[in-house]
Amino acid sequence: MTIEFGNPDRPNSYIGKTVPRPNAGRLVQGRGRYVDDIVLPRMVHVAFVRSPFAHARIAGIDANEAKSVKGVLRVFTGQDIAEVCTPWVAVLAHLKGLKSPPEYPIAVDRACWVGEPVAAVVATSRAAAEDGAALIDVDYDPLPVVTDMMSALDAETPVLHEDMGDNLAFRRLHEAGDIEAAFKSAHKVVSTRFRTARHTGVTLEPRSILVDWNPAEGQLTAYHATQAPHMMQTVLAEHLSVPESRVRVICGDVGGSYGIKVHVYPDEVATAAIAKIMSRPVKFVADRLESFTTDIHARDHEIEARIAVEEDGSITAMDIDDWTAIGAYSVYPRTSAIEGNQVVNLCGGPYDFKNYRAQTTVVFQNKTPTCQYRAVGHPIAVAITEGLVDQAAAELGMDPVEIRRRNMFRDDAYPVTSPANMRFEGLSHHASMNKLMELMDYDGLRAEQAELRKAGIHRGIGIASFIELTNPSPFMYGIGGARISAQDGCTVRMDPDGSVVALSGVTEQGQGTEAMLSQIVAEGVGVSPDKVRVITGDTQVTPYGGGTWASRGAGIGGEAALQSARALRESILTVAAAMLQTEQSRLDIRDGQVVDAATGESRMPLEELGRIVYFRGDTLPKGLPRELVQTRHFITSDYPFAFTNGVQASYLEVDIETGVVKLLKHWCVEDCGRIINPQLVDEQIRGGIVQGLGGALFEEIHYDADGQLLNGSMADYLVPMAAEMPDMVVGHVETPTKESLLGAKGAGEAGTAGAPAAVMNAINDALRPRGAQVTEMPFTPERILRALGVLED
Amino acid sequence: MKASVGGYARASDLRHALELLSGSGGLGRVLAGGQSLIAAMNMRLSAGDLLVDISRVSDLSGVSDTGERLLIGALTRHVEIAGNPLIREHAPLLSRAVQYIAHAAIRNRGTIGGALAHADPAAEFPACILALGATLHIEGLHGRRDVAAEDFFQDIFETSIGEGEILTGISVPKAEAGEAHLIEEVARRSGDYALAGLCLVKRAAGHRVALFSVGPKPLLARTAMTALDRGDVEGAAKALHDELDPPSDTQASGAYRRHLAQVLLRRAVARIEGATA
Repeated sequence: MTIEFGNPDRPNSYIGKTVPRPNAGRLVQGRGRYVDDIVLPRMVHVAFVRSPFAHARIAGIDANEAKSVKGVLRVFTGQDIAEVCTPWVAVLAHLKGLKSPPEYPIAVDRACWVGEPVAAVVATSRAAAEDGAALIDVDYDPLPVVTDMMSALDAETPVLHEDMGDNLAFRRLHEAGDIEAAFKSAHKVVSTRFRTARHTGVTLEPRSILVDWNPAEGQLTAYHATQAPHMMQTVLAEHLSVPESRVRVICGDVGGSYGIKVHVYPDEVATAAIAKIMSRPVKFVADRLESFTTDIHARDHEIEARIAVEEDGSITAMDIDDWTAIGAYSVYPRTSAIEGNQVVNLCGGPYDFKNYRAQTTVVFQNKTPTCQYRAVGHPIAVAITEGLVDQAAAELGMDPVEIRRRNMFRDDAYPVTSPANMRFEGLSHHASMNKLMELMDYDGLRAEQAELRKAGIHRGIGIASFIELTNPSPFMYGIGGARISAQDGCTVRMDPDGSVVALSGVTEQGQGTEAMLSQIVAEGVGVSPDKVRVITGDTQVTPYGGGTWASRGAGIGGEAALQSARALRESILTVAAAMLQTEQSRLDIRDGQVVDAATGESRMPLEELGRIVYFRGDTLPKGLPRELVQTRHFITSDYPFAFTNGVQASYLEVDIETGVVKLLKHWCVEDCGRIINPQLVDEQIRGGIVQGLGGALFEEIHYDADGQLLNGSMADYLVPMAAEMPDMVVGHVETPTKESLLGAKGAGEAGTAGAPAAVMNAINDALRPRGAQVTEMPFTPERILRALGVLED
Repeated sequence: MKASVGGYARASDLRHALELLSGSGGLGRVLAGGQSLIAAMNMRLSAGDLLVDISRVSDLSGVSDTGERLLIGALTRHVEIAGNPLIREHAPLLSRAVQYIAHAAIRNRGTIGGALAHADPAAEFPACILALGATLHIEGLHGRRDVAAEDFFQDIFETSIGEGEILTGISVPKAEAGEAHLIEEVARRSGDYALAGLCLVKRAAGHRVALFSVGPKPLLARTAMTALDRGDVEGAAKALHDELDPPSDTQASGAYRRHLAQVLLRRAVARIEGATA
């Protein structure tokens, strides 16, 4: 079975083309159905009382006054919930040594971060629940806090969880080659300290869940804004002691996720537990303050890093010491050790060198837990790697593009294994760099930069090559014991009218999954995409699958869709051959018609075939297979991950009097393998770049020394906005993976992975003549001025 | 969070509004454009308010020429300030300030009176009317009084509007021939509150410099103004350095804000000189 992807004139050539998004009209007309749009009979609302202390013993809870508020029905403490819901421990067997204490949906006797739920108030409206919550009197005994990352393991620092023995959650050291010898004999060694700020994902739709427990059926139904419905089914079943078959998770429209909605949140599980206790539907929708205090955070890292280079620019060694603080608990069930682990896996990724040492140290602290957020670990690893490479180039007096060309894996070197033991099937660093140089007119920009510098205008050009981990196999979570599916499935069926329904285990978060699936199925069967209805996000309906994470939707879910669609095509043609009394191999399906494969002449519309199969099956030969429903699953097996690659560039201007950075233009050339829908890929890259630019220039969650969150609103946590965004140019190189017929790898995180490094390098390129450098994100105007030595105090 | 409102009444005219306020037992809050108040209520930073909605009081809106001055109704919206021909001609500082205020949706609803009565120290309009030397008209059930801009702003979110009073309008002197108006600010993103901002009015009688987002209220930089009158720009910058003690927050330190104020002053003066050269 082959598809001539290279021939754009092949029949049903929807893969590789921009097709309309089937859900766009509905969403634009306000006809989407998000969790908050769903209203069920007897539905009630829950609001949570949250800890105002970063660490405190809960000595008592007085709910009497709250219970007298009009509309308030019931108040729950941690103990009440613990009676119906077991705690969880977020560790994975393959992350050796990772530890975390049991975590309850509502704190039972001790709150460990500002925002942790300590009580729940259920009322007939959210407003009444909040009125009640405001009157709950919690008696707190404040405890010593751990807030500083770098001193978390010091002997004098209090231990956050006594049972854990110390504040170390996880540590991993990876060594390859002879690092000490390489540094000793190096021509130049460059060392730098990097810092990336604590971020959160800021989804347009906040976290939302509506849970209904029907005791008559023994069925729990959760309407949930989630990326991973099947994972949530397992979690709710296990911790609420309901058979997995009696938990249904329905995930309708979701207003963005970025990794935020792939985790288990205490308040959401508490909502399910309350629904089970009260035997009525309970809704929880986080407000924006709750989003900032309780959505997972990410990227809070401090890194000491050094690079050794030869006189000709060859990289001989990299040495990375990464630290991250993950809050009070490892987040269930994916754990909070993955991000640090990714830094170890991804540093130095594009480069062919031998000696590599990387260690990540993951510590507990009294802050909101951190976990996987779009491009997990990538922006950190790329900033470290590309920051070091640029500094080495500057030390050597070498052009930053040239040093990269001298060190990147050759495009014909694959398959190859990196010093971090990552296996690359096929990447295109050089072709991507060449394309970038053309797109941006690198030499022309350099000339312009030099000219403007004479006039006192400080512009910078920054380059960042990167790799991106996509299409994960069970090596990511499954081998560690988590019931998170790396396999995904698709069921495709033809209905009597010749239309096609596709049910997929991957989910739509607003990124266009359903458009991607519709065009694959359309091409696979031989109908136009508007004849394909796609259904996702219902554990009782779709094949079992993983959902949306680690850039797997197109590569894994798309391949399952293609395989099932091709299988349905074969089934249809089997029937058609019998009806038309010809050989199956002489028929094809094109644009909803069974046609003569050689001439393209129409032989029968699909609706006629549907009519016969469904209503006049008596006219078909007895025993003729007529299965117009086909299911296929797909899992990668040759490589643990399908790596992609790319290179980004930033052109910007630094106002050296105010420190303000103006982004002038941004480029990205990436290689996600087969492109299914060019516009969707470009949108993913652009959106990802915007999120990366946010990390580079704007986003930073602030805490004070007592663990109080200081910026919990959209006015104080600055997300990137349109006015500050540069024009973006996106280019592609296509190196399809050979693991699948489709050949697609992921594209969802590449933009975010490389953008911060490109901006950092561009700022430092602009500042270099003045001897200044910034490596602490975000690069605020003040940090830039401090690097320039302009500010006193 | 859901707002917790004590009550709501829509005033039919100013007298009605003042009566509603006086009958509110001290819980009355004037609702105009609602662009700060509603946000605060939705964070439950303000709860139990009895809202007195003056947005339909038609004679509090609009701009008129009173000869020497312009009278701007308190309910005149930001978007109208930006486009009004009288303001563009006679008080261009105000129309130029609007581009820096938040985003279009907020400018379409927010009112100048609301912005002045709210007295956010980082807002543009309070500093503008200070730089212009405007007069604020305040009315209560027992009469009307005029307050100079210099005396209006008391502290962070505090003005000289008394209990039961409503800000009804602002009079600004019309610009003389050759008068220059400039507003400069630095914000992290377009539409954000400024990290520091500066209004410069150059008149025959002398310079007026008002700063925002550098203290608990908009500040008139008198020493710097005198230095500018002498033609001593560096002296003025140094005066700002000495006069200002801005607060630090998650966006910027006081030291950075003080530095910015000086940069903005030099740039504003250079722009005026560039325009007249």
